[in-house]
Amino acid sequence: MASVHNHYFSHGGISVKKLRLGVSIAAVLALGLTACASNNPTGSGTASQAPQQQQLSGTLNGGGASSQEAAMTAWIDAYRAIQPNVNVQYNPVGSGSGRKGFIAGQYSFAGSDAALKDDEKQQAQQQCGPDGAFQIPAYISPIAVAYNLPGIDGHLQMDANTIADIFNKKITKWNDPKIASQNQGKNLPDLAIITVHRSDDSGTTENFTDYLSVAAKDSWSYGKVQTWPKEITAENAQGTSGVVNLVKQREGAITYADASAITGLGSVAVKVGDAYVPFSEEAAAKAVETAQRVGTGNDMAVKLDRATTQAGVYPVVLVSYHIYCSSYKDQATVDLIKSFGEYVVSDQGQKAAASAAGNAPLSAAMQAEAKKSIESIKVQ
Amino acid sequence: MTQQQHLDQTLPEQPDPSRVLRTASLPQWLVWALAGAALLLALILTLAGLHVALAVVISYLVFLAAWTAISITRLGRRKGINNLWTAIVVGAFLLALLPLISVLFTVITKGVQGIMIPGFFGSDMVGVTGLQDQAAARGDAPIIGGIQHALVGTLMITLVATIISVPIGLLTSIYLVEYSSKGVFSRAITFLVDVMTGIPSIVAGLFAAAMMMGFYQATGQSIQKATMGLTAAIALSVLMIPVVVRTTEEMLRVVPNELREASYALGVRKWRTIMQVVIPTAISGIASGVTLAIARVAGETAPILVTAGVAVQTNWNPFQNWMMTLPVFIYRQLTHPTAPSQPGPSELRAWGAALVLILIVMALNGIARFIAWKFAPKKSGR
Amino acid sequence: MSQVQTGPAQAGPSQSGIPSRGGGTGDTVFKVLTVVAASIILAVLFFVALFLVLNSLPAMTAPAETVSGGRGFWVYVLPLVIGTLISAFIALLFATPVAILVALFISHFAPQRISKGVGYTIDLLAAIPSVVYGAWGMSFFGPALVPLYQWLAKYLGFIPIFGPGVSGLGRSLLTASLVLAVMILPIITSLCREIFVQTPTLHEEAALALGATKWEMILMTVFPFARAGIVSSVMLGLGRALGETMAIALVLSPGPLTANLLDTGNNTIPAEIALNYPEAFGLRQSELIGAGLVLFVLTFLVNMFARWIVGRYSQFSGAN
Repeated sequence: MASVHNHYFSHGGISVKKLRLGVSIAAVLALGLTACASNNPTGSGTASQAPQQQQLSGTLNGGGASSQEAAMTAWIDAYRAIQPNVNVQYNPVGSGSGRKGFIAGQYSFAGSDAALKDDEKQQAQQQCGPDGAFQIPAYISPIAVAYNLPGIDGHLQMDANTIADIFNKKITKWNDPKIASQNQGKNLPDLAIITVHRSDDSGTTENFTDYLSVAAKDSWSYGKVQTWPKEITAENAQGTSGVVNLVKQREGAITYADASAITGLGSVAVKVGDAYVPFSEEAAAKAVETAQRVGTGNDMAVKLDRATTQAGVYPVVLVSYHIYCSSYKDQATVDLIKSFGEYVVSDQGQKAAASAAGNAPLSAAMQAEAKKSIESIKVQ
Repeated sequence: MTQQQHLDQTLPEQPDPSRVLRTASLPQWLVWALAGAALLLALILTLAGLHVALAVVISYLVFLAAWTAISITRLGRRKGINNLWTAIVVGAFLLALLPLISVLFTVITKGVQGIMIPGFFGSDMVGVTGLQDQAAARGDAPIIGGIQHALVGTLMITLVATIISVPIGLLTSIYLVEYSSKGVFSRAITFLVDVMTGIPSIVAGLFAAAMMMGFYQATGQSIQKATMGLTAAIALSVLMIPVVVRTTEEMLRVVPNELREASYALGVRKWRTIMQVVIPTAISGIASGVTLAIARVAGETAPILVTAGVAVQTNWNPFQNWMMTLPVFIYRQLTHPTAPSQPGPSELRAWGAALVLILIVMALNGIARFIAWKFAPKKSGR
Repeated sequence: MSQVQTGPAQAGPSQSGIPSRGGGTGDTVFKVLTVVAASIILAVLFFVALFLVLNSLPAMTAPAETVSGGRGFWVYVLPLVIGTLISAFIALLFATPVAILVALFISHFAPQRISKGVGYTIDLLAAIPSVVYGAWGMSFFGPALVPLYQWLAKYLGFIPIFGPGVSGLGRSLLTASLVLAVMILPIITSLCREIFVQTPTLHEEAALALGATKWEMILMTVFPFARAGIVSSVMLGLGRALGETMAIALVLSPGPLTANLLDTGNNTIPAEIALNYPEAFGLRQSELIGAGLVLFVLTFLVNMFARWIVGRYSQFSGAN
């Protein structure tokens, strides 16, 4: 820092002149470079394998959940290779704002971490015709319970009640007997547990607390909430990367976060039935496949069974939907929506997202069903 | 400063070796010696286990006490107090410098790495997905992707917002200072401008979005058209106007009345007096205020997201289609990395974009100062 | 501000009855233009206020138990108001004296070569977007403050604002307030400097000629001249501090209202809106817009108070 100080102030006038010169050069350079528009050379590898389709053109606007942002980037990019003249845009304004914009007609489709509420379904009929809107689970991602404990190999094992007690601060030490009894042979440190939660309203919090309120209803009394309960004071941060960064900074910290973002941290294997299941794409996809269907007809909204005892299912899962209208006002939008929507739920679409964003792809059966739902979209 | 130096030479109050009739002054080396001793004290206290901030505060107070005591005993009370305040002013300056330098240091060291990404200025984020970033983080491929789209968006949106708000803001402050007669209207304006500074930025964005969507709905067009650069510029103008009014109003007010009266006495009309005497006199301050206003809005994130959307491709047209801006780009890349498992490349791009954003505002500042220098009556150098 | 001035408005030739030789159209057009500009501001503000009120009415009239927290809108919003005021107050407390002294340093103490460079650097710092200050506060400044907080909690913990309990990463309201202080410091400095250098040289020379020391000269000429301008620039800084979103959202671990400034907890209105609006729907959205309306009114009250102070000192200010 001292050198910076000298640079600026011991020969103030001169260096500032240089700085100004530098600024103007940078500005000119920037303008000059922007003048020649160029895109990045990499195309998507999926292009060549794509079946020949009718070439479309136009713009398709969507908006909503930011949890899907990385996957959506991958979908849009890969889809551009198939339909180079279609411009798909996705505004990660959040699920609530996305649904609101969809209902108002601001977005042609929405991404949402939660299914439409009943009154929202009714309002959607104004844009979407009498059949209203329907939803497709497009983005499935396990929520990991991630911790920073160097020296612990493999997954710590916990049941839902233990996780709940950690997050409501009844368990405050890593070597608490409740944790130790489930982790024989692991050298648990005598270290305070620092819980970290999301400071912003989020679908991740909603799904995590939903799991706790069902699977650990004796220990978790705050129900399924989008905002972390105000009664529990703890460290917190904004967004998935915010909580993960906090945990990385502090030894002994624990949080819940989208599993794709927890590189470098340990994660909990959750007790399901008699076994402990670590998060994995397959286990998460299985949770959605075995979930109870609450949507009717084309609507594929699901209600996850958080207290499942089925082997190999990881129940702490976030399902993010794509919400489409049953019918649109003009043929052009219908063509675009069908083409993009079918790509998203296709095998290559799901694989493209999974490899880029680290989420769990839809199972083949669900892909087929989703395709059928999207094919039914028509003009009003 | 020129007057100041002039004063230094002519007034007996200032130490001047050529004068016989001068009051006693302290030798130059004394202040440096005391400062050195204080630094040493701070070092010793830190090594003794005290927190470095406390050690520095204590040493500074010791320095102040010693310096004032010596000054008062050698030069008398008034000069002693003068020296004390001089030391406090310099101390405050150094204190303010610490966090500011720290911020700059952080941005520059991290930002330069980002700017070094090949094609950082010439490419947008089309074709950049988690796959590319993962490969880059593994070292298999160079980092790709750049800020061209965000750079263009920021320039266009800020430009439109400036075109909207500077005339409105400047004219309003001219009205307040030069024309208003303290009536209900001008009082209302003054109050409401104050209130406008309290509009939360997200509300400005929602308001602009609602307004434009209302317009498109009323004219029977698709409301999807309302998401564009112009809407964002309107939102930013709502935030910018009060800053422009408040700063320029203040600057117009300190223009001496003698100048106006002299101009009127020469038979110059009022509006020409304002345009050719008042504004040129205040232009440096006005330029500073406008730069502050631009800087205030150039960093806004939330209102852009709801008005101009998020784009990965370059769009030069603020009247059609979605746009990206640098703050939104920074914020999205920091909080939602392109590759969730490998945030490294995204962070690099974000810090690089932050540095570029600062450089842009600095360039604007430079332009504003150039205009001020060009039109201001030649006088004090500061 | 309108109370301050008696001069220029009355001084124009057209008003003071000095006969002028034709060409009055220019004057009329210009005046109409300024009035139109001022009216646009009125209109915009009217519509923003209308927008806010319409959108927040549902939350204010909703049954108490349906609002977040279950005890009505006002119970929900009050802790946020207090948190906002505390953070802005602390920020001003630290930033104002330092900013004024730094502005003085640039305008009256530093050699010209240094003062130009420093002035430019200060403008540069005013230009740094708040998200960068937030990232800096989160990754560097907050953690760096932890030892100091622990020291404060250990020795001054008996004072309610300094304990018990310290945020392990410095993610407390005090850190957020200090980051705000660092953010508004360049704004206040920049404007104060512009005002200070406008002090009439004649006044300064007169003071020095009477034998005043430099500091006495500043007390006698610069400060009285600049008082209204200083308050105005502080108000601008306050406006920024009250409305700042990103820096708080990134630096603070928000939570319920607590007196302890060193631990997690407390929140401000803009951060609450920014953190929760994206996922909000229905009543929750209107709650948050309602909170925005409260912030709006709060800024209004604070500014009225400031105007009142300026008005009391009006005899010192302006260019008369």
